[in-house]
Amino acid sequence: MFATRLPKHLPRPHLACRKISSTTSKRSDALFVHRDTPYNNPKVPFEFNAENLKRAQEIISHYPPQYKKAATIPLLDLGQRQNKGWTSISVMNYVAKLLEMPPMRVYEVATFYTMFNREPIGENFVQVCTTTPCMLRGSYDILDTVCAHLGGVKPGETTKNGKFTVIEVECQGACSNAPMMVVNDDFYEDLTPATTKKVLDAFAKGEKPKPGPQSGRHTSENSAGLTALTSKPYGPGEFCTPEFR
Amino acid sequence: MLRLVSSASKPTSVGILTKVVAPSCSSLAGRRSFASTSARQADITLTVDGKEVTVPQGSALIQACEAAGATIPRFCYHDRLAIAGNCRMCLVEVERSPKPVASCAMPAMPGAKVFTNTPLVHEAREGVMEFLLANHPLDCPICDQGGECDLQDQSMRYGADRTRFHEITGKRAVENKDLGPLVKTSMNRCIQCTRCVRFANEVAGVEELGTTGRGNDMQIGMYVEKTMDSELSGNVVDLCPVGALTSKPYAFHARPWELKHTDSIDVMDAVGSNIRVDSRGVQVMRIQPRPNDDVNEEWISDKTRYAHDGLRFQRLTNPLIKQGDRFVAASWEDALSAIASGLAKSGAQGDEIQAVAGHLADTEAMVALKDMINRLGSDNLTLDSVGGHAAPVHAVDVRSNYLFNSTIPGVEQADAILLVGSNPRHEAAVLNSRIRKSWLHTSLEVGLIGERVDTAYGYDYLGADAKAVADFVAGKGPFAEKFKAAKKPLIIIGSALAEHPDGAAVYNALAKFVEKNKSTLLTPEWNGFSVLQRATYEVGFVSSRKASSVKPKFIYLLNADEVDPKSIPRDAFVVYQGHHGDLGAQLADVCLPASAYTEKSTTWVNTEGRSQLGRAAVPPPGASREDWKIIRALSEVVNTPLPYDDVLSLRDRMWEISPTLVRYDTVESTSVEVALAGLKTLAAATASAKVSGTPFVKPINNFYQTDPISRASVTMAQCTRAFVKGENYGFSELSSASEAAYA
Repeated sequence: MFATRLPKHLPRPHLACRKISSTTSKRSDALFVHRDTPYNNPKVPFEFNAENLKRAQEIISHYPPQYKKAATIPLLDLGQRQNKGWTSISVMNYVAKLLEMPPMRVYEVATFYTMFNREPIGENFVQVCTTTPCMLRGSYDILDTVCAHLGGVKPGETTKNGKFTVIEVECQGACSNAPMMVVNDDFYEDLTPATTKKVLDAFAKGEKPKPGPQSGRHTSENSAGLTALTSKPYGPGEFCTPEFR
Repeated sequence: MLRLVSSASKPTSVGILTKVVAPSCSSLAGRRSFASTSARQADITLTVDGKEVTVPQGSALIQACEAAGATIPRFCYHDRLAIAGNCRMCLVEVERSPKPVASCAMPAMPGAKVFTNTPLVHEAREGVMEFLLANHPLDCPICDQGGECDLQDQSMRYGADRTRFHEITGKRAVENKDLGPLVKTSMNRCIQCTRCVRFANEVAGVEELGTTGRGNDMQIGMYVEKTMDSELSGNVVDLCPVGALTSKPYAFHARPWELKHTDSIDVMDAVGSNIRVDSRGVQVMRIQPRPNDDVNEEWISDKTRYAHDGLRFQRLTNPLIKQGDRFVAASWEDALSAIASGLAKSGAQGDEIQAVAGHLADTEAMVALKDMINRLGSDNLTLDSVGGHAAPVHAVDVRSNYLFNSTIPGVEQADAILLVGSNPRHEAAVLNSRIRKSWLHTSLEVGLIGERVDTAYGYDYLGADAKAVADFVAGKGPFAEKFKAAKKPLIIIGSALAEHPDGAAVYNALAKFVEKNKSTLLTPEWNGFSVLQRATYEVGFVSSRKASSVKPKFIYLLNADEVDPKSIPRDAFVVYQGHHGDLGAQLADVCLPASAYTEKSTTWVNTEGRSQLGRAAVPPPGASREDWKIIRALSEVVNTPLPYDDVLSLRDRMWEISPTLVRYDTVESTSVEVALAGLKTLAAATASAKVSGTPFVKPINNFYQTDPISRASVTMAQCTRAFVKGENYGFSELSSASEAAYA
């Protein structure tokens, strides 16, 4: 949620400047009102394609007919995926229409969950985790690497070629493989600046590197080698009396 | 997000859209709540601050504390709205509870021991207050809520006496929203109690207001740029416990401690909402609702609240006599003698003397005018509506033929409502919110015959004309069956129906229908035949059949501003008595300045036949006088003096006409026998009515401008521009077409 890191030591207040307010304004990282733009306004058409519509009807059928609105989140997600990774006002309006609920109820959901991007994003959505465990394992270095490697973007920005959007996110639940980042739907874990660049380069080329730990670990086993269960596991029947062998 | 609110706004099994999209929910038809069992109404006893109280089961703890006389501070809790429990100001200590509990969201439990005045509670309140103030600007001196601000009052009483606020990151800043010409927003001050959101969603049916964002960044708004288009939007100003939502027309006009409060009655619609007129000197500064559960609960419509600025413009302050093509100011003496000579010169005899009473005429004036006209030998009493010169189709001999018999609170008991030629949202906005309330919380079914309108609740559309009524009476269609099965069905007949060419036929059909189904529609406990009228027939202000066909030579317009100028013969002598230079005054030969509803203490009868006493808040401007006094003075000049010299003897006369006129604040119900007899007479009188088949139209096209006061009001003109002619923000096509379906 902190758009930028606080510097290690605050600069001394500038004495020459006397403003009415001595405090700095605090901004949230997203706007919680809609502004009409050429690319995002209610007149931009959006409809589910045939495949998604079928999927949507299947999702709606999970819920009792008078509680159709329970399908808001899955349908918004479906809409976001179809709409190049972001939820435009037209997506929200369409979901509201489909579920027969006031559009505002959908806007409430879409603004509440940070995973709904209400502004367009690049082809690849890079989310770098900077919550405590990742931070302790050097996630800010990873973030700096990502930003620098993508041509000096800041968190929250999209590269000029539209290939990448970088944001800082809170815990993704992969702390045992910290530091980590999410690219599109996949986790890339155990990152170092070098492996981070490799992953990003692969995405830039249009490839998809293997998700998971980038350090050679399989999952979250001890990176220094196993300390327990080191011997070969015994096979079936071993240690049994002969008649059971 | 508000879970409680969203559970109140349900997509339902009625309505236009649902019928097409989800026909599969037939087994659930009519049931909108999750639980099908009714709440048990047992009483429970608990102890609050050592005092034993007994409250109904299911009450919130805060209600029990109030019953015990303990004051609990609160921001989000409001007893007419759903419980949100998000301000945490109402924390109390409950024995054996490890933490303080939010008393609004906690049900009262039998045997609980509650403490509202312990160090823990004090500390908890102080802490909550500190959190609320952390993001609240310290701008009380320039805030319009100052002096009547819950946050201000409660921070004085429960808050800490010093600040610990040294946040380098500053206070939250939220941009203001444009909610239209009535509600001014200053969103920095918002403490997110969500009262406005709950009101808009539950009561007003504006489901566009909500909360966006989360946590510290949560804000109230519509997300998209939109105005709050509701006829009840002004109530959010009252509900807002801080200065985030304030009244735009009243902005920076007065401070609450400068105002004189006068309890009075509203006259903008037939509900007779209870209001408090706040005045400073001779000016009405604002109008606020007064709680009355039998009439308006705690709400008033925007017209009631904001049209009062029309009382400052276009006023008649002097008697005026027409000379040539212009009006010349005159003294009362001259004006009255001009009328007397005009009456003599016109040669009007008997029924050629006509009196027309308008919507804003008070009961005293109508009684006095009727007495005077009758004494002049005429029976030509006309109401200021289409076809008002003829005797009304429903006759006025039996009250239950023209009253809102179910009573306004009774609407909530109905389980099926048929609206005929009516849009209660505009004819009686506060009543409409009751229907919506009932529709949300019970399995109420609503049917509509007439013009399609957005009612803020779903309805079965039966048709637009008398044929639809005939079909309904014949029992055709699913709604007719639902209506038959209902235990307390209710027919609401719009005021415009009596003015419609098919009015007589429809009244005939419905009267017969009620007679046939009297086991449900007409019982000692329930009278489901209700007329939502605008005119008062209580004083018998109707003409005889003979008199109505006479061409008048002398016309007395009492607050009559809807008259068709063509209905006034060219050579007739016209007197206009009223408070605004509107249409009626233009037609007049002599204008008599009278007082408006805030300037006189008179009786007002609402659509239920409930008489209520208004009170004068400010003196009438200029030379204007109270209406009945003008008529009394005129009667002297035309040599037919009326026998009452003060208002008390006039009210004695009103008692002679109908005792209900002076039995204030109660509704006299009509007995079943009399009501039945009335319907029989009605059916017999309209038996020969023909059906033309023209569709019913809604009587009010512009809710904001319906009478001389609201037509003179700047605020109402702005509302008309914003809401009636409204610009298209690109979202209206989304909401307007289907709103009724999932409102």
